[in-house]
Amino acid sequence: MAYKFDFGAIVPHWELLLDGVILTTELTVIGAVVGVGLGIMGAWARASRTPVISQIVGVYVELIRNTPFLIQLFFIFFGLPALGVKLTELQAAVLAMIVNLGAYSTEIVRAGIQAVPHGQIEAAQSLAMSRLQIFRYVIILPALQKIWPALSSQIVIVMLGSSVCSQIAAEELTFGANYIQALNFRAFEVYFIVTGIYLVMSILLRMVLKVLGNYLFERRRHV
Amino acid sequence: MSLVELHAIHKSFGELQVLKGINLSIDEGQVIALIGKSGSGKSTLLRTINGLEVIDDGAIIVDGKKISDRDADLLGLRLQVGMVFQQFNLFPHYTALENVMLSPQVVKKQSKADARKVAEEMLIKVGLADKMMHYPDQLSGGQQQRVAIARALAMKPKVLLCDEVTSALDPELVNEVLAVVRQLAEEGMTLVMVTHEMRFAREVCDKLVFMHQGRIHETGDPEEVFASPKTPELSSFVGGLA
Ligand SMILES: Nc1ncnc2c1ncn2[C@@H]1O[C@H](COP(=O)(O)OP(=O)(O)OP(=O)(O)O)[C@@H](O)[C@H]1O
Ligand SMILES: [Mg+2]
Repeated sequence: MAYKFDFGAIVPHWELLLDGVILTTELTVIGAVVGVGLGIMGAWARASRTPVISQIVGVYVELIRNTPFLIQLFFIFFGLPALGVKLTELQAAVLAMIVNLGAYSTEIVRAGIQAVPHGQIEAAQSLAMSRLQIFRYVIILPALQKIWPALSSQIVIVMLGSSVCSQIAAEELTFGANYIQALNFRAFEVYFIVTGIYLVMSILLRMVLKVLGNYLFERRRHV
Repeated sequence: MSLVELHAIHKSFGELQVLKGINLSIDEGQVIALIGKSGSGKSTLLRTINGLEVIDDGAIIVDGKKISDRDADLLGLRLQVGMVFQQFNLFPHYTALENVMLSPQVVKKQSKADARKVAEEMLIKVGLADKMMHYPDQLSGGQQQRVAIARALAMKPKVLLCDEVTSALDPELVNEVLAVVRQLAEEGMTLVMVTHEMRFAREVCDKLVFMHQGRIHETGDPEEVFASPKTPELSSFVGGLA
């Protein structure tokens, strides 16, 4: 018995998919901005002269990098209420993405920082700049520039990873797809289309990140 | 009173004793050449003078004030003591002008206009009026080093430390940098320079310090010291160069 393809069956549900795309985009934007911000702070803390601070961040990074995202999400959504922290599906989803990307980008940004020639840091020191000033004006921009491709890939991974947030009923794209196929049993058609949507979103996201990188690292005179 | 006084400075890297009790005073307007074999501790000594290396023992006294290794003291020290390195260490994402303006702006909180004025003045002084908007990778080594000198000068340090500032340069670029250093010396800038340019040291410096195995082995007026070294180590060092 040959399966009869019927992509038309998806059409009535297009709004569900659109809502999913919008939510996935929102999760990704917030997750990426805050997550990378967390990663920059994490990388700074990792270089701290206070060993405890550096070690705490180290534990965080290893904990996240060595456990599945789904478990991190479940822990935040189902586990934390035991401690009195009750989050909505969306709050849990975005927090999980932030915490996850924060850990990975801590390591990525750290690699970028380590690639800044030590002589430049010593030159900045000998110009009486403080540690924070050196980080802000001398280190961070060249460091980010160096690791921008790796960071971009990680952000795409987190966007794709957001699909598991459907497991806690966060109504992102994969949730929409699951919902539609439960209504009309058109699994092939739905997941085929959703695959295409993710593909397009990934390509667009990479392009956006490339443009953003060009803007950030463009030789723009400050005076 | 000297500008900077070093008292019995000791510094080791692990087991290796690199500085074994250095006493040196740097007077205002003095131009001091530090010479010695590779590994004798010249760079390490220079780096202790502006706190890039923390000393194990001894005292650094600037303007009568003893410097501790607290951050505040180190920043205060570095406001008085600038440094130029063998590798120019310019910040690659800033233009020449921005490299020079950065520290006056963020450390001394000068307005952009004031910082720019000083920076332009310094870049003109080192002969780079037409290169201000260039990025480091658009400049030759000699030009980069002159930007680095301008950058240090813009902080108006009382002492400028120079660690082999011409050693990374192609031979034809050495003179343009030495000319700048010579001009600074003539203007009365207090300088401590590690150098292998013996002729330059003889012509420009007031005082020669010969380091050997972590100690100041011989010191004096460059002309006299070169003409008649008192220790066999210096005479073989000078002889080896000739
Ligand atoms: N950060 C460090 N860690 C360990 N050893 C060091 C360090 N810096 C310098 N040394 C060692 O200390 C000794 C003195 O080094 P220093 O750089 O002061 O010599 P130098 O007189 O400047 O030599 P050169 O003429 O080659 O520049 C050398 O044996 C060097 O290997
Ligand atoms: Mg040296």
